[in-house]
Amino acid sequence: MSREDVLVTAAWAEENLSADGVVFVEVDEDTSAYDTGHIPGAVKIDWRQDLQDPVRRDFVDRAGFEKLLSARGIGNDDTVILYGGNNNWFAAYAYWYFKLYGHSSVKLLDGGRKKWELDGRPLSTDAVTRGATTYTAQEQDLSLRAFRDDAVAAINTKNLVDVRSPDEFSGKLAAPAHLPQEQAQVKGHIPSALNVPWSKAANEDGTFKSNDELRALYQEAGLDEGKATIAYCRIGERSSHTWFALRELLGYSDVKNYDGSWTEYGSLVGVPVEIGAQD
Amino acid sequence: MSDSCGAPEQGTALPANVDAGKEVVLNGKVTSGGAPVGGAFVRLLDASGEFTAEVVSSPAGDFRFFAAPGTWTVRALHRDGNGEARVSAEGPGLHEVAVAVA
Repeated sequence: MSREDVLVTAAWAEENLSADGVVFVEVDEDTSAYDTGHIPGAVKIDWRQDLQDPVRRDFVDRAGFEKLLSARGIGNDDTVILYGGNNNWFAAYAYWYFKLYGHSSVKLLDGGRKKWELDGRPLSTDAVTRGATTYTAQEQDLSLRAFRDDAVAAINTKNLVDVRSPDEFSGKLAAPAHLPQEQAQVKGHIPSALNVPWSKAANEDGTFKSNDELRALYQEAGLDEGKATIAYCRIGERSSHTWFALRELLGYSDVKNYDGSWTEYGSLVGVPVEIGAQD
Repeated sequence: MSDSCGAPEQGTALPANVDAGKEVVLNGKVTSGGAPVGGAFVRLLDASGEFTAEVVSSPAGDFRFFAAPGTWTVRALHRDGNGEARVSAEGPGLHEVAVAVA
């Protein structure tokens, strides 16, 4: 798989805004960003309302995903270009989700909203409507998804990559620093995890670093290329960004995202937890 | 607690559920030539220069971080220019920081 198969540049995107069979989808946690201006023609997916189960802590199920994509006018044969705010965290999460449910052609817009805005490219407030489709999803591809037992079993046997900031990893902070710090879970990290903050995989403008830079980054951090890898963060969206870098850009074969991440692991009774900075 | 890692809406008024007696709050404004700059990408870097968090400034240029005691750098990116400022937070409470972009 080459970089072009999974990532498009802002310039490519602007040239293909009205291309047949290409659907732009903005994915945000805060959808007010979309409402104040989005890429012309893009539809929106709300990370929480559209992708999470409204009651249980889990995703929408296969039928829910089919209903969502059908309503957004996305067909099975469409090439979906995902982008969003927060350096594409939620777009990367949605990318992982599209892959879980077996969508064949999905790509990320490199740099997301940030790069698009810094470039001064056009944004539109026009309402976007697409005709409904009848979307068919596959069963979840569980080779991409880690659960809590997988995370515990991976201690000292697989690569565990904690992509949170060093202060969250060490236990100094309980959440990213734009959020209040009072949290239910304990602080710390899964023993034997490497701390490679997601931000190290991205340039300041939100684009991904080159494959050479990425490979060097994970090798220097101690990632064993011969072993399977599980990435996690706090709620699974920053780790989707790193999952994308490891599996989709670098092509490592057995890479899973642990979407339960620290909010789940840090609340489990009886599991080992480590505090302190990376050696 | 928040169930998301996304950045909440930025503004000067603290959310009702935040206790400024416990939180180390970095409050600030992005300006250019004295005028507020909304829509700037504002990131918080720790004492070693490591990325910690990023928010988008409000239409009035406001941003806010929940940090820990220490020295922090706030860096703003905007299509009109970039800028940064340092702030030291001794402990809990509101700490003001201004960032000019050019």
